[in-house]
Amino acid sequence: MSSDLIQIEQHSPKGDWASTKPEFRKGTWCYSATPQNLSSLDLPNPRPWQPSDPDWKLPENWKQILLDGIKERLEKYRSFRLFMDLCVRCGACADKCHFYLGSGDPKNMPVLRAELLRSIYRRYFTVSGRLFGRLAGGRELTEDVVKEWFYYFYQCTECRRCSVYCPYGIDTAEITMIGRELLNLIGCNTNWVLDPASKCYRIGNHLGIPPHSLKDNLDFAVDELEEITGVRVEVPIGKKGAEVLFVAPSADYFVTPHYYTLLGYLALFHEIGLDYTFSAYASEGGNFGLFSSHELMKRLNAKIYDEAKRLKVKWVLGGECGHMWRVINQYMDTMNGPADFLETPVSPVTGTRFDHVRSTKMLHIAEFSADLIHQGKIRLDPRRNDHWRVTYHDSCNPARAMGLLDEPRYILRSSCNHFFEMPESTIREHTFCCGSGSGLGTDENMEMRLRGGYPRAMAVKHVKERHDVNALACICAIDKAVLPPLLEYWAPGVEVAGVHELLGNALVLKGEKQRTTDLRGQPIQTAEEEPAHA
Amino acid sequence: MRERWLITLGYGVFVVFFTFPLWRAAAARSSGSMPRLQSSPAGQCVAPVEQMRVAHMNMLFQWREDAVRHNNLTFVAYNGKVYRKSLDGTCLSCHDKQQFCDRCHAYSGVSGPDCWNCHNDPRAFAPRVMP
Amino acid sequence: MRYRAGFALLIALAPACSGVALAFLPKSFLVLAPAVAYAACAIFLLGLLARLWRWTSSPVPFRIPTTCGQQRSLAWIPPARLDNPSTGLTAGARMLLEVLTFRSLLRNSRSRAGSDAVTSHDSLGLWLGAIVFHWSLLIILLRHLRLFVQPVPAFVLTLQKLDAPFHTGAHPLYLSDVALLLALAYLLLRRLANPLVRYVSLLTDYLALWLLLEVALTGVLMRYLIGVDVTSIKQFAVSLAAFSPVLPRNCGPWFFAHLFLACSLAAYIPFSKIAHMAGVWLSPTRNLANNNRAVRHINPWNAPVKTHTYAEWLEENKDKLKSAGIPE
Repeated sequence: MSSDLIQIEQHSPKGDWASTKPEFRKGTWCYSATPQNLSSLDLPNPRPWQPSDPDWKLPENWKQILLDGIKERLEKYRSFRLFMDLCVRCGACADKCHFYLGSGDPKNMPVLRAELLRSIYRRYFTVSGRLFGRLAGGRELTEDVVKEWFYYFYQCTECRRCSVYCPYGIDTAEITMIGRELLNLIGCNTNWVLDPASKCYRIGNHLGIPPHSLKDNLDFAVDELEEITGVRVEVPIGKKGAEVLFVAPSADYFVTPHYYTLLGYLALFHEIGLDYTFSAYASEGGNFGLFSSHELMKRLNAKIYDEAKRLKVKWVLGGECGHMWRVINQYMDTMNGPADFLETPVSPVTGTRFDHVRSTKMLHIAEFSADLIHQGKIRLDPRRNDHWRVTYHDSCNPARAMGLLDEPRYILRSSCNHFFEMPESTIREHTFCCGSGSGLGTDENMEMRLRGGYPRAMAVKHVKERHDVNALACICAIDKAVLPPLLEYWAPGVEVAGVHELLGNALVLKGEKQRTTDLRGQPIQTAEEEPAHA
Repeated sequence: MRERWLITLGYGVFVVFFTFPLWRAAAARSSGSMPRLQSSPAGQCVAPVEQMRVAHMNMLFQWREDAVRHNNLTFVAYNGKVYRKSLDGTCLSCHDKQQFCDRCHAYSGVSGPDCWNCHNDPRAFAPRVMP
Repeated sequence: MRYRAGFALLIALAPACSGVALAFLPKSFLVLAPAVAYAACAIFLLGLLARLWRWTSSPVPFRIPTTCGQQRSLAWIPPARLDNPSTGLTAGARMLLEVLTFRSLLRNSRSRAGSDAVTSHDSLGLWLGAIVFHWSLLIILLRHLRLFVQPVPAFVLTLQKLDAPFHTGAHPLYLSDVALLLALAYLLLRRLANPLVRYVSLLTDYLALWLLLEVALTGVLMRYLIGVDVTSIKQFAVSLAAFSPVLPRNCGPWFFAHLFLACSLAAYIPFSKIAHMAGVWLSPTRNLANNNRAVRHINPWNAPVKTHTYAEWLEENKDKLKSAGIPE
């Protein structure tokens, strides 16, 4: 590997972690949230500041705010209280974190990330910590600790990989979420999280696409799809009484390569004649509130049910997005349910009743499409994907907060002739994060992103070298945004595609013209030609 | 809260298991006392009683080793008296297997090194002679 | 060196605190033995109860299992019943197997990031050390019932027999004794030798191991090397269990060292990380079914939040909707 790339090295740490301080080196942290974004969301302590400043302009009683915040959360979350108490520091999690593997920074070991908070918990909330202080693993809460929290809780992508290996199921995502909530209480947040959240709150989606631009984008997609397939589809927005409300991450409307997945959705919905609608108000499936606080998550998520109720749809279908599905699978119904005004989803094409979502009434599009394919209701020509040699990246949240593993694989195997798995220790529940999830995917944080994504990229490089893989399929909008630069850096020559983009390539539409390009406009071999890859 | 009920139940089960000896003791209070052994008819043993209680098996092992491997059959006791190193001939001439050995071994649940795989209990065969 | 003072304290004071010193005190102090034993048991049981109570007084607001396998979704896709349970029963089975077999540790691997690859290989050392330690400790505790219960329960005798398949020397050698010492030594050496684990270890991590080792070592010394009058010990133990304690006589100093160390350990458990024996059962990422979309989970403190309502949004976007022809 050439020497101008970031050097990945691991050293045995020495000394006492409690007395080291993070160095806010450019490329390893995210800019602070602007005061405007804080005000727009009614969050405390809006002010201009940057993490690299010596003075963070914390509120005067910041220490009390934090201690009260910890106390409140200990009483509200059993997970938090248990995870503060249970750890035996066995070290099973240590080398499971992609940020530790990529950065070699020992405080990126999940156990130490949690100890940053645990040491404060012990000092102020346990008898032994109050009596014995450092001997009992306690630590004084100082401004340096706050800075450390900021540095390391924004160097965790809440991917839950460590919790797979922990004998007590301690979930660092839970600790990071609480840690970030605490930081939010004193106004220490990042713009890459709160700017999308604020836009989602006010305008309807993370990218801040207003209704008329959304309409323009979808119309443009309709034109483009017609150009490629010869079939003109209809895309309703805000259609009252439709059977299904479709909610996708907003990047799908606007950004490549997400956009090709959108073309795939549109072609599929047209082909099966689905009575559905987009929404301009709930035009975001993703939820950057998850990366900030439980409360903000709930505030953003509320729109989906509100809009489903207003439009009088029967059920909700969700697009390809990772953390969106963490929220929908593990939080939505509890936070904003019960969805008693909706019906249990039933596929209008196959008649399959999706009983496993009978309460939330929201179905993942991979579940919906896998059922269509399995029941033989759509025709696929996988040869149209023969220019792709595909591998599949399990996105953290669908894998470890849901278990959506085989549905997308079934779709891929049905849509592509060349499918290869990455090494077992890097897929399914063991999957490695892209390194930029949970709101870290901003360019000023690029070095840390490239480091965090290193283990994933190396697994891709492995199948690239072994099987000539040139496409990495995934079902996450953040993946689609951040994996292209990651792979360009570590494993150039592998493109990133959505599962429904590849499905869209293979999908045979009634009345379509002979396809000469895929949904990206890249030429494909026609049926008569010999395939290039034997 | 349903789960708190379940957790209390779980804790209850744990406590019941943990205190198993307590309620077993309560159930069997009458038979719980320590076996009272007859003292040796000759009035004294080859070693002080405290030492015998702790280490009789070590001594028997040493005797076996000496007798079988080195043909050394003479044991000089702490008080100068001389004994023959023999389980059957010395120990069992005073002590009774059932009344002496077995009672403590059973009481403490000590299985012992299977003396009786090779040795006979002489009194199981000979008519009992009371002193 | 971190904790230098702490280590010195541990090494110098622990045996003293441990009761070795106590054991050589004048015999009149032995009057305290039953009181210490009862106090330790009470602290252990009530302490654990208090800890459980504290944990359970915080609710589980969200259903957040870590899913480690395929979900139950479509009828023709086989779900991973244990690793991604969809019912309370399978979640219970997952929890039980986690506790009995440490399945999460069984997944352990060692990964290393090099300059052009991340290598990973299975690593079962920690699992083996942990499972051998916990199971041999359980077997040893069960074997101790022979001292507390009269007559000795049959299962304890069977367990003893199984635990000592080889007769060597005057005393049967219990495999669980050997296994426990080896496992404890491994866990301690691993903590010291593995640079990552050493870096994250707290003084209390060593304290727990140290106490366990001291209890085990005094027990093994007493049983195999020094010798004790087991009948007297049994008499004392049974009398404790019958709540009519007799003063221990002829038990020897090592027994008291063992007893007082074990009591210190029992009393320390509720205040230490060893309380994981109770806490692990409550772990919300392991003991819940991944059926969130089928059964609504209730958050007891769920409260209304400020949202940007459709009406507010419409007010701001009316003209845009109109110009784009989107129905209101």
